[in-house]
Amino acid sequence: MTTTAYDRTIPLGVHEGRAPGWWAMVWTIATEAALFAFLLFSFFYLGSQSRSPWPPSGPLALKLSLPNTIILILSSIAYAWGERGIRAGDRARLRLGLAIAFILGLIFIIIQGIEWSNQPFGARDGAFGSLFYTITGFHGAHVVVGLLMNILVQIWAARGTFTRESHLAVTNAGMYWHFVDVVWLFVFASLYISPRLG
Amino acid sequence: MATLAPIATAPVERLHETWEARPGLYGILGTVDHKTIGKRYLVTALIFLVLGGIEALVMRVQLTHSDTHLLSPDAYNQLFSMHGITMIFWYASPILSGFSNYIWPLMLGSRDMAYPRVNALSYWTFLASGIFIYTALAIGQAPNDGWFGYAPMSLRAYNPGLNMDFYALGLLFLTVSTTVGAINFIGTVMKMRAPGMSLNRLPIFVYGTMTVSFSVLFSLPALTAASVFLFFERRFGMHFFDAAQGGSPLLWQHLFWILGHPWVYIIVLPAMGMVSEMIPTFSRRPLVGYPYVALSTIATGLIGFGVWVHHMFATGLPAVSMSFFSGASFLITIPSAIAVFAWIATMWLGRPVWRTPMLFCAGFVVLFVIGGVSGVVTAAVPFDWQVTDTYFVVAHIHYVLIGINVFPVIGAFYYWIPKMTGRMMNETLGKWNFWTMFIGFNLGFFPMHIAGLLGMPRRVYTYPASSGWDTVNLITTIGAFVFAVGVLLFVINFFVSRRSGAFAGSNPWDAGTLEWSMESPPPPYNFAVIPIIRSRLPLWEGQLGDDTPGLVPGEGPSHITEGAVLAEGRETFGTSPLEAEPLHVLHMPEDSLFPFLLAVAMLATAYGLVFSAWWLAILGGLGMLACLVGWLWPRHLVTGERA
Amino acid sequence: MTRAPRTAASVGLAAVTCGLAACGPLNVLSRDGVTGSSETSLGWFLVIVACAVVLIVAVLVLAAWARSRGRRTRDDAVFAGSPGLPWITWGGIIIPAIVLVAAFLFTIGTLNAVAAPQRAPAATIQVIGHQWWWEVRYEGAGPSQGVVTANEIHVPIGEPVRLELSTNDVIHSFWVPELAGKRDLIPGQTNTTWIEARHAGVFGGTCGEYCGAQHAHMQIRVIADPPGRFQQWLIDQRAPAAPGTDPNTVDGQHVFMTSGCANCHTIRGTGAGGAVGPDLTHIASRTTIAAGTLPNTQANLMGWIVGAQAIKPGSDMPSIPVPARELQSLAAYLETLR
Repeated sequence: MTTTAYDRTIPLGVHEGRAPGWWAMVWTIATEAALFAFLLFSFFYLGSQSRSPWPPSGPLALKLSLPNTIILILSSIAYAWGERGIRAGDRARLRLGLAIAFILGLIFIIIQGIEWSNQPFGARDGAFGSLFYTITGFHGAHVVVGLLMNILVQIWAARGTFTRESHLAVTNAGMYWHFVDVVWLFVFASLYISPRLG
Repeated sequence: MATLAPIATAPVERLHETWEARPGLYGILGTVDHKTIGKRYLVTALIFLVLGGIEALVMRVQLTHSDTHLLSPDAYNQLFSMHGITMIFWYASPILSGFSNYIWPLMLGSRDMAYPRVNALSYWTFLASGIFIYTALAIGQAPNDGWFGYAPMSLRAYNPGLNMDFYALGLLFLTVSTTVGAINFIGTVMKMRAPGMSLNRLPIFVYGTMTVSFSVLFSLPALTAASVFLFFERRFGMHFFDAAQGGSPLLWQHLFWILGHPWVYIIVLPAMGMVSEMIPTFSRRPLVGYPYVALSTIATGLIGFGVWVHHMFATGLPAVSMSFFSGASFLITIPSAIAVFAWIATMWLGRPVWRTPMLFCAGFVVLFVIGGVSGVVTAAVPFDWQVTDTYFVVAHIHYVLIGINVFPVIGAFYYWIPKMTGRMMNETLGKWNFWTMFIGFNLGFFPMHIAGLLGMPRRVYTYPASSGWDTVNLITTIGAFVFAVGVLLFVINFFVSRRSGAFAGSNPWDAGTLEWSMESPPPPYNFAVIPIIRSRLPLWEGQLGDDTPGLVPGEGPSHITEGAVLAEGRETFGTSPLEAEPLHVLHMPEDSLFPFLLAVAMLATAYGLVFSAWWLAILGGLGMLACLVGWLWPRHLVTGERA
Repeated sequence: MTRAPRTAASVGLAAVTCGLAACGPLNVLSRDGVTGSSETSLGWFLVIVACAVVLIVAVLVLAAWARSRGRRTRDDAVFAGSPGLPWITWGGIIIPAIVLVAAFLFTIGTLNAVAAPQRAPAATIQVIGHQWWWEVRYEGAGPSQGVVTANEIHVPIGEPVRLELSTNDVIHSFWVPELAGKRDLIPGQTNTTWIEARHAGVFGGTCGEYCGAQHAHMQIRVIADPPGRFQQWLIDQRAPAAPGTDPNTVDGQHVFMTSGCANCHTIRGTGAGGAVGPDLTHIASRTTIAAGTLPNTQANLMGWIVGAQAIKPGSDMPSIPVPARELQSLAAYLETLR
């Protein structure tokens, strides 16, 4: 046996630095972010070329969308609060945070559905309509995926899977959820706010 | 204190048992061994190369003479579209993924890729999406609007059949494969290198695939958006590309080329990386200008995002915008020129040995430059207005695609098949292979420059006798068939060598990188002990001593014959991204059927969507959900300390 | 196996093909039009530089091979070798940068030179792309003053002419190589380009953007006339069709009206007002039919009428089963529409 050695003990499992699984979520989020960037690029491109008013039926109403935005932000806060809990070993706080985040996220989807049914235009009514429903629809699909992840994480949390040291699934699902929230801020700013600015 | 075991004492039987795929159908469908997945990628991609090649040969027969009506316009249009789609999407990138998948862990000093099950998924979805798009051809409704699918001809008003639905869905399906594959490569290069393999010691092939993996993440979503828009417009009557309803045909072009241009670098940079591995081996010296070549790889990837409008110079854009993109297109030549001269210098300042892989590399250099300069010609906007959409561009793209992808790929097969199979390929047959391909290729494609300058447009199923294009087309057809014979010789050589090739041993070329350190073919666990790396060319340290590039004074040499055993289950090191310090021992996943089943579920969804069989689409969707949940369900967690 | 034969073959191939470059009707390397010749000058510069670079690299690779053959010892041991950085700095950076900057400046200069004509255009012509033919309209003082024709543009020599390019179906591209580079016709926008012929002649062009089944058969011709002849052509084209006197001609007109032709075609001065296909008021004055697919002869015209789908499958022109005698008089009638 030689005596050349590593200068410290190398632990089994991931305890410092970022786990490969964490990076997988980071890069997944990066490519999804690029997708939304291209969707919004399409929105601005067609808007800049449009010869008719954009949006055609006037600026989109903020009555539901603004509170809905706040609801989504709150759900991210709830999730982060829950995640802080498990980092301190507090499983109960984790489960509460997840549950609140889930409920708020579900409310977001419901309100979005109501907003969709109230819109004066459909997905086939010109480019604006098509883009509005496609972009908010893609976002909504991402919210639904986030909610499904949330349920899985809740199930696993209930079964005591997560510890102070080991809770990568919570972190990953949390990153995804915050990403979905940030995307909404961009979507909201682009679709709802930017047409109102001159 | 951790101790390193000498390789002789490594528990190889236990390692073998641990890493081998499960027997029977479970192992076949569920293996996560990167070497198996890599070989599957290579074989499948080669099949698509042959399919695309046959499509091309049929077109060449049609175009040999003017006014030929062997093929109806519709048949011809499906053929040229499928030829482009097959070659550019289902051959050129997957073949490089195949090499990367097989070689990376061996070259990086790891036991597997970062995400083995995702790796399996990337293969199964590649295969499934290929089956899906070829279903279209089988039913005579293949995509027929070129590989670039311009609107509004892709829309239902002008294309009522299922052709372009297959196109949109097929590409969306393939992007799943490419994207998860890219995430796998990035995770691997960040976390799964042998201790000590700092960025300065990474092989250029790794730089190549790593760069394009980032390109994939940020460019492929443009095609995703475009394909979704196309499918929604065709199927649900939405409006993105029709001008009458506020859409724009140019939106398609922008989105497509924002992917399309980075894509052409995605399909060549890893191949250039492979050449950067082969030329030094056969020049018997390290690569000239390694840091410049590494940086030029990254620079090409970055600048590649800024040139897409050069595909749109004739669309009537403002001169200012075109000038910018023209300038960027000229600029991107520089990193390529750096690489070309690095290769030439390595040959010139080395002692080249002209074995078959080296012939392909030398041929590649010449073809690269021809393709590159014809690209520079098209970067000049006003002259591009003359040559765009003519056979001049067809010549350019084939010089860059065949020259910078196919030639290195065939050379790489000759180089690495001995590692994969344990047997050398036949040298004499190899030389015949090279010359037939080289002569056939130039005979076939050089005249296309002339045809284009004589005014022959692209994508025409026939041309009039009065055009004067008969002669160049005849020469091209002859050359194409000679080239095809060359490809056939490669296939023959492969099968011949399987049976009667000389045994290769671990390092038949006396190369310097880590994949040549273990037996050929490698055992399922790759490394009996995980090496510690201290230079760019660990296997040449014996011969180069202190002159080995990448050595840091005071650190000592690489340790290949001793290292950490890591044999408690499927284990390998997780290392830090920059310096490759060992951070953790990672427990890698076992074989799993979920990647295969997920791909099947996706295929069902795709068929359901294209044929409007909504029940099937929903069933497939639920299947996908079930597979994902099953896949992600935590098995067990292992915590503890290991040395 | 020596490389010298291979190099010789490459050079020979290049020479032969460059020779071929001088011929052919759609020849990008000949210079006639004002913009065409600017573009071609740039093209020659780039092609020559390109050939030089290829030659240099090929020689270097060949020389690297030759040197390796010349070595006495066949020592295959690995060695460090010299760093070789001047190869990178000179071959990879400095020389390419100089050449590329020159090419870029030449490009910008040419782009500016061809952006707009020196004088105001003598005419503005609307070119409307269809699957798979070109509708051509000259602006006139009023609706009855305009010229409407198809697949053929007449221009005065030595005068710039503006073209307004549009389409209502798919993307096409207007390309007459000897006169100017391509400009696309894109639904939803009107692109503008200009051409100026310096000499008399017939300049062939074709659609330069894949537009469907018969993209291969969508040619256009630009005929450059001395100004006087051009003005006369305008006058002739503006006139409605003269009523026929010959009984065969009258017969033929009757066949035209009763065979469904008027559903798609217009003949000004008669009741035919269809707008799907080309305006036929002066069809006999055109040199080709079916967008350049066939020379305009009586025999071809008859063949086209009864067998359009065999000649240009997929086009909007159906094969119309006109009996032989009616076909003769129909063709004779169309021949009178000069």
